[in-house]
Amino acid sequence: MIPGPFAYHRPKSVKEAIAMLADLGEDARPLAGGHSLIPMMKLRLAAPAHLVDLGAIGELKGIRSEGGDIVIGAMTTQHELIADAGLAAKLPLLRETALQISDPQVRYVGTLGGNVANGDPGNDMPAVMLCLGASYHVAGKGGERRIAAREFYESAYMTALEPGEMVTAVRIPVPPKGHGSAYEKLKRKIGDYATAAAAVVLTLSGGKIAACSIGLTNLAETPLWAEAAAKAVVGTALDPAAVKKAAAAAEAIAQPASDNRGPAQYRKKMAGVMVARALERAKSRAA
Amino acid sequence: MAKIRVSLKVNGKAVEALVEPRLLLIHFLREELNLTGPHIGCDTSHCGACTVDLNGKSVKSCTLFAVQAEGGELLTIEGIAAPDGALHALQEGFREMHGLQCGFCTPGMILRAYRLLKENPKPSEDEIRFGISGNLCRCTGYQNIVKAIQHAAAKLAGAPVKEAAE
Repeated sequence: MIPGPFAYHRPKSVKEAIAMLADLGEDARPLAGGHSLIPMMKLRLAAPAHLVDLGAIGELKGIRSEGGDIVIGAMTTQHELIADAGLAAKLPLLRETALQISDPQVRYVGTLGGNVANGDPGNDMPAVMLCLGASYHVAGKGGERRIAAREFYESAYMTALEPGEMVTAVRIPVPPKGHGSAYEKLKRKIGDYATAAAAVVLTLSGGKIAACSIGLTNLAETPLWAEAAAKAVVGTALDPAAVKKAAAAAEAIAQPASDNRGPAQYRKKMAGVMVARALERAKSRAA
Repeated sequence: MAKIRVSLKVNGKAVEALVEPRLLLIHFLREELNLTGPHIGCDTSHCGACTVDLNGKSVKSCTLFAVQAEGGELLTIEGIAAPDGALHALQEGFREMHGLQCGFCTPGMILRAYRLLKENPKPSEDEIRFGISGNLCRCTGYQNIVKAIQHAAAKLAGAPVKEAAE
């Protein structure tokens, strides 16, 4: 399969990339790892006239601490997230999620920025970012701004990004020490998108859930932040009744499509199962 | 569209060419450089038959443009044996342990295993299976591929190698 023709640009800095995206207008697309965009271009489902390759921009790489936050450059690959020992210690949820994305070859090239900015409801990181309360650093011709992940996703492939803007980094507030987290993903085979998946972060106090946040993947046109499900377990010892309530609350907001991964009714049910499993595993890891 | 100059190292040799930006790396390797070891299997980033090593990473060359390899160092199955033709431990392992039947997935499988063993010289069986999860084989059932990689790992570590598969 051969993609349609396009002009190729390889800027060296974010400033240069932004200027190009602004000049070239809506016919231009930024190219990160390209493992969503290039397959789409091969199928001719996407045919940008210009590709602005972000691969040579050093400032978009890397993982750093800033106050209580971790800031990850948009071009940091899933493989680099997995390999970072410091990140695994502070935020094990990211490594656990990245390991469940596609396969080794794709993880070497696929980036965190591309995963969160593409707006594909099948991508795993967006729900994790909703769960963690992350925000995205966005650069455009008008300057820089930050958009909360919870306000970023509008519909499938539709995000709060304006034309000419790009995500440059992901900012994640580090959950308190002793927190427990889990990403539970049901998939047909290794490398697949989720039939249903749930991300959980929680903290314990005296054996009871003190705080909890839940995100859901591939269960609607956008990732979902399951507030009611999380609320259902706060203040409980995560007894079976509380887990059941949380699962039901997650099922209530899930609106999956019927597809090759199963009928909508099944996928909805699996949303609850993933939430229940993720809650229990997160609790078992919390101190 | 205007062609773009791309220069990189392929199997240790400097290569330079004028290419259309939309030229996929796999087509560049097969059609411009006549390196037909990397195969086109699914052409949808799933099967791994097109896997090559680029800048120390296993990549699916059907999902990269040749222009993205600018300045890179690339290794294909054609470059994996020693200059005198002596087989790489992985090639020997696949032969000894019958790690292939039709052979279509083998170049991608070996290139992936090459990077896996660089990063993890003593992988467990589970680590091998997880490590090659981006490469599909429709013949072997993977059993002998795993044995082939274990054979190569042992050989590279200077350990005694197991007898060939029955």
